Amino acid sequence: MFDDFFIRALVAGLGVAFVTGPLGCFVVWRRLSYFGDTLAHSALLGVTIAYSLEFNIALSVFIISSLIALILVQLQNRTNLPGDALLGLLAHSSLAVGLVVIGFLTFIRFDVMGLLFGDILAVTVNDLYIIWIGGALILLTLRLIWKGLFASTVNYELAEAEGLNPDRAKAIFTILMAAIIAISIKMVGLLLITGMLIIPAAMARNISDSPQKMIIYSIIGGLLSVIIGLFSSLEFNTPSGPSIIAAALFLFVISLFKIKQTIKLKN
Amino acid sequence: MSSNNNVLVKMNNAGYRHNDKWLVQGVSLSVEKGKIVTLIGPNGSGKSTTAKIALGILKKIDGSVEKYTNKIGYVPQKISVDWTLPLRVYDFMILTENLDEKTIDEALSLTGVIHLKDKSLGNLSGGEFQRVLLARAISKKPELLVLDEPVQGVDFTGEIALYELIKKISDELNCGILLISHDLHTVMSATDHVVCLNGHVCCSGTPIDVAKNTEYKALFGEQASQILTRYEHKHDHVHTIEGEIKKN
Repeated sequence: MFDDFFIRALVAGLGVAFVTGPLGCFVVWRRLSYFGDTLAHSALLGVTIAYSLEFNIALSVFIISSLIALILVQLQNRTNLPGDALLGLLAHSSLAVGLVVIGFLTFIRFDVMGLLFGDILAVTVNDLYIIWIGGALILLTLRLIWKGLFASTVNYELAEAEGLNPDRAKAIFTILMAAIIAISIKMVGLLLITGMLIIPAAMARNISDSPQKMIIYSIIGGLLSVIIGLFSSLEFNTPSGPSIIAAALFLFVISLFKIKQTIKLKN
Repeated sequence: MSSNNNVLVKMNNAGYRHNDKWLVQGVSLSVEKGKIVTLIGPNGSGKSTTAKIALGILKKIDGSVEKYTNKIGYVPQKISVDWTLPLRVYDFMILTENLDEKTIDEALSLTGVIHLKDKSLGNLSGGEFQRVLLARAISKKPELLVLDEPVQGVDFTGEIALYELIKKISDELNCGILLISHDLHTVMSATDHVVCLNGHVCCSGTPIDVAKNTEYKALFGEQASQILTRYEHKHDHVHTIEGEIKKN
């Protein structure tokens, strides 16, 4: 059944959407979209290392992204540069270093476009296992740290005062971010992963009045984006990542009309 | 450590420094079960900082804090919930602990905001929000309540009712309360122990002791110390030895 590359891409994309839905909500709530971008940019370095050492790509990306997150924390403690400057520094330098390394690896043929924007043809059965098992682990972990992470998202001091250990929750969440980037890089490409995280979540915010609803709508939005995106990618021969993100944008625009309606009703 | 096992939290000569500036230093106090300790002092005197030290929110502190309970309810001075996070009063009530419907309703009724249960937190007025914050803190039946200006923005009659509620909670749950207020008049009457802060402990003791203290007078003015004296004469009833209440 998985012989067909399109079915493989679909199963992979749906698996990714289940995980980006809830994680994306936290990215929006905690204002981490640029942080997500930084981790995603550093993923290129992870991929090149994986190729040159003939290492598992997802694992390599996961390690490099986690490493970048660690470096960021260190930099924050050592300099007084604002957070966004540090993020920009890490995002672009890791992307640049990744591309430079690719230049050196002349013996390997790289599909740079595929790395940047995703490539449905590249999804193997092995990738499906990584996405679904990895995704399940991510969601399970998120469920375990939910209370502390959510409470500290609302108010850090409240969570800390009432014994929920928000620092630990935050550290684990950072690892989960690196993990989702690692498993979804082949699908959406590293330039667009953050879009997959925040656009469905932003769409969901427009039509939700509780955190649970926002997460559910965000998942549904992600699933629909993958389905619509992949089918149009097949139909119009467009790259998979941009097609999925464009579909997500389409859903977001529709959700804006819903907001206008509710505001009108209130008045 | 302590011979008194009623102690919930004990600060020993505690202080906190930020950017080489002491926000507060040399604070020693303890909150016991069933007792209300009130922190008073002018703006920037370190009241909230002291509360955060007691709660363990601030970690790199001078001195030490001993905490003997994990069941804590906290009402922070300031809290803002971003629009991006859709949060109803109900969601906020179960933020740090899962409570059943009945407990939530009880707490919201006590502070008079049960009708707001399904409202979005962002649409509440300042006073309503304060009542929800208090309801959330008491709903988990904590052993220690830390209330940082819990009635700010609440209307005058509501303010008195809420202070009465706080006193009642302290009696009923036998929980210790660390209360921050600059509302001397209403607060001091129900308090067991007052700590007057001004970057350090300027004086402490029973409300009457503190009101008579010269440093306190210097800090708040002669009028403030008369509030209590005036208050003492405002009773319209007396408690007899038999425990009866007799109207004057």
